[in-house]
Amino acid sequence: MISKLKVSRFDPETMGAGQRRWDEFELDLHPSATVLDALIQIREEVDGTLSLRCACRASICGSCGMRVNGDAKLVCKTRIADVAEEGATIVIEPMGNHAVIKDLVVTLDAFFDKIRQVDPYLQPDAVPEKGEFVVNNDSMENLLTAMNCIMCGACVSDCTVLEVDEAFIGPAALAKAWRFVEDPRDDKRDERLEELNEVEGGIWDCTRCFKCVEVCPKDVAPMDRIMEMRDMAIEAGNRNTSGYRHTESFAKSVKKHGRLDEARLAVESAGYTNIPRLIDLAEIGVKSVLKGKMPPIVPHKADENEKITRIFERVESERNS
Amino acid sequence: MYKHDVLIIGAGLAGLRAAVEATRLGLDVAVISKVHPVRSHSNAAQGGINAPLTDRGDDWEGHALDTIKGSDYLADQDAVEIMSSEAGDAVIELERMGVIFSRGEDGRLGTRRFGGQLVARTFFVGAITGSAILHVLYEQALKHGLNVYEEWFVTDLIIEDGRCVGVVALDIKTGTLHSIWAKTVIMAAGGAGRVFEPSTNAIICTGDGLALAWRAGVPMMDMEMVQYHPTTLARTGILMSEAARGEGAHLLNSEGDRFMLKYAPQYEELASRDVVSRSEQTEINEGRGIDGNVLLDLRHLGREFIEDRLGYLQEVAVEFLGIDLAEQPVPVRPGVHYIMGGIKTDVNGATTVPGLYAAGECANVSVHGANRLGANSLLDTVVFGRRSAVHAADYIKSVDAGSGSDEHLNATKARIQSLMDREPNENWAAVRNYMANEMTKGIGVFRDQASMEGAKAAIRNVSERMPKIAIQNKGKVFNTDLIFTLEMEFMADVGKAIVHSALTRKESRGAHFRTDITERDDENWLKHTLAYHDPDNEDGVRVETSPVTITKWEPVKRVY
Repeated sequence: MISKLKVSRFDPETMGAGQRRWDEFELDLHPSATVLDALIQIREEVDGTLSLRCACRASICGSCGMRVNGDAKLVCKTRIADVAEEGATIVIEPMGNHAVIKDLVVTLDAFFDKIRQVDPYLQPDAVPEKGEFVVNNDSMENLLTAMNCIMCGACVSDCTVLEVDEAFIGPAALAKAWRFVEDPRDDKRDERLEELNEVEGGIWDCTRCFKCVEVCPKDVAPMDRIMEMRDMAIEAGNRNTSGYRHTESFAKSVKKHGRLDEARLAVESAGYTNIPRLIDLAEIGVKSVLKGKMPPIVPHKADENEKITRIFERVESERNS
Repeated sequence: MYKHDVLIIGAGLAGLRAAVEATRLGLDVAVISKVHPVRSHSNAAQGGINAPLTDRGDDWEGHALDTIKGSDYLADQDAVEIMSSEAGDAVIELERMGVIFSRGEDGRLGTRRFGGQLVARTFFVGAITGSAILHVLYEQALKHGLNVYEEWFVTDLIIEDGRCVGVVALDIKTGTLHSIWAKTVIMAAGGAGRVFEPSTNAIICTGDGLALAWRAGVPMMDMEMVQYHPTTLARTGILMSEAARGEGAHLLNSEGDRFMLKYAPQYEELASRDVVSRSEQTEINEGRGIDGNVLLDLRHLGREFIEDRLGYLQEVAVEFLGIDLAEQPVPVRPGVHYIMGGIKTDVNGATTVPGLYAAGECANVSVHGANRLGANSLLDTVVFGRRSAVHAADYIKSVDAGSGSDEHLNATKARIQSLMDREPNENWAAVRNYMANEMTKGIGVFRDQASMEGAKAAIRNVSERMPKIAIQNKGKVFNTDLIFTLEMEFMADVGKAIVHSALTRKESRGAHFRTDITERDDENWLKHTLAYHDPDNEDGVRVETSPVTITKWEPVKRVY
């Protein structure tokens, strides 16, 4: 099978930061070859200067995260035939949201700093006098979703929040945090939730774009873990955040009008006593009016919005019973 | 200048377990690894970790005997006794650190069966046990604020007055060489599967630790004992865990027969790995294989069970072969997986060079002898990783730090510069691929004098080509071309030790099965082979032997 690869190259010793060069390779590969097989063939037989990380070749070590045709993937488990029609060129780049060291190798220092930020170790108040912690097996199996994380960095690479907000703890570290929040052996659940709720870049900064769920090669679904922690944080009584107010206002508006009251949502998310944020919003409001983009002050109602209200009431009563 | 009490080379299970222990003892500890700790190959251990838990009716002697029988009586029984009797505490400790072992209905740790044992005493996390433990030990390392030289490649050990006092290492990200001084060095650098092709091992398993210790004068013990795992995927060599058979999967030949019933009537598919691999190879050689493979059949276990208990195997089968294990059997064959041989140590991890300890796959205590039982490797790493740290902590009380001289660093700088300056000629990959293929041919599941002589000729060819390997990449930053060339030098040393040890042992025992001498010979060969680095000898190797320690289990015929 003949395959064409276009590989992003960067050499810090000869190129300036942010520069790159594209090299093209044409290889004869086994029909079930992976992108990693192709890259190894390049570095062994064609160009020994190509740098990349890889180790296990079996999707368990997490070394070989890269972008293939624009999406972050583990290249060891990405078969060429699955990402390109025969003859089409496959584009290989380093992961995003990580600084490039050389060619396809990125620094994961920031990645692991964020992992550290969530105190990623079990914190029991005491260990049993004898033997293991006795806990329900389902509660342990539940953790496997997050324990499947191999820290490859794919979710962070393609996270749309991290592109604009470096403070965001990010999908991988938050999934790691979830793993301890959900562990019945850990006694710092409330403290962890409170911290993740309040800290800059915490659970409320996710925009639910689904990108991390899409690219995670181990089905950790970090965004789902973040959403679960939002619910847990609220249930644990952490309500003084714009994130919580946003959720409440959103639901209230849809329940009442069958659609979103955007003006009220912005104000209620900020909080009626949050004067600096309200002044910001006023400015945005004035600009919106001038450009004719101001949402209606009194929201339009959806047709038959009583039905939507009834759905809400039913869900609420089911939840309470 | 970098200076520590304890420097641990390698950040897999043995290295991290040693590091956690040494840190708890209040020492200044650092770990150095050519990859980030969570990339270490301990990740790839799938099926579980053995431990006879005495509080639920098991007894450690039972595990010890299974291990010794599995080893074909080549394991040192004092070492096995220590491993088996400390196993329970070691596994409970991992659980308390946070490992999410699978549990039974009663909420206590659950087990599955594994090869070479009739008792189910293998504790597990799906089919990702190694990864799950590695990540938890890394969490503990973060908790203790462990120093890690991440992506630093050790090129040399520093030996002064016969003592190991540090290392010279290359910071891969910058390309600069440094000395790191330590009162004691613990080698936990893993295996050497890449000396063979194919192999289940990661690309990083190049025998660095074995070769470094060997060059410093420590013998490599029982290097002919190379484990072929019975179930690896064709072409890629990727591992399909023994857990599949532990949970009830069958091995079938081309006629659909469960051939293991014939070779191991009592243990069936769960005989020792050497026995199962030989049985498969016999079926294949006698024409009952399918394109050089046999079939691993999980279909009768059902989809839900496979996905719950063996999820990672399903992932690998689907992603790499497009095979759904609930619908179709998967073709497998014996593949190089583990090296029982290694740096000779005592039961505290101490080598013959003061200040140098070793633990994990690179070490040979010896608890695996001529054949390792599945799920004993993880146990080995945590038990002897911990012990080496405890003993090293005691050792450093009576020693001073090394000289701090730049002599060693300068010698390495000169050596690497001369490598970089070589005119284009041989390529490391061509030499590696040649050697690895020849090693698999010569030191296979079955071997004989002629095949081993073939491997010897190949390592000579490699020795001639080694000085001609040129490095295409002249840069400093992340120069993997240079790293692979240095690794190739390590692999060449390990290859030599394996071939010469194999030629020395004139019997069949465990993984060392000679078709020209098919019987075990306890009278003459109940002994270890010790391969020393000796420039005055043929191929720079001298092989000696030493007795095996027998405590209470006299060797008997091994039947499964």
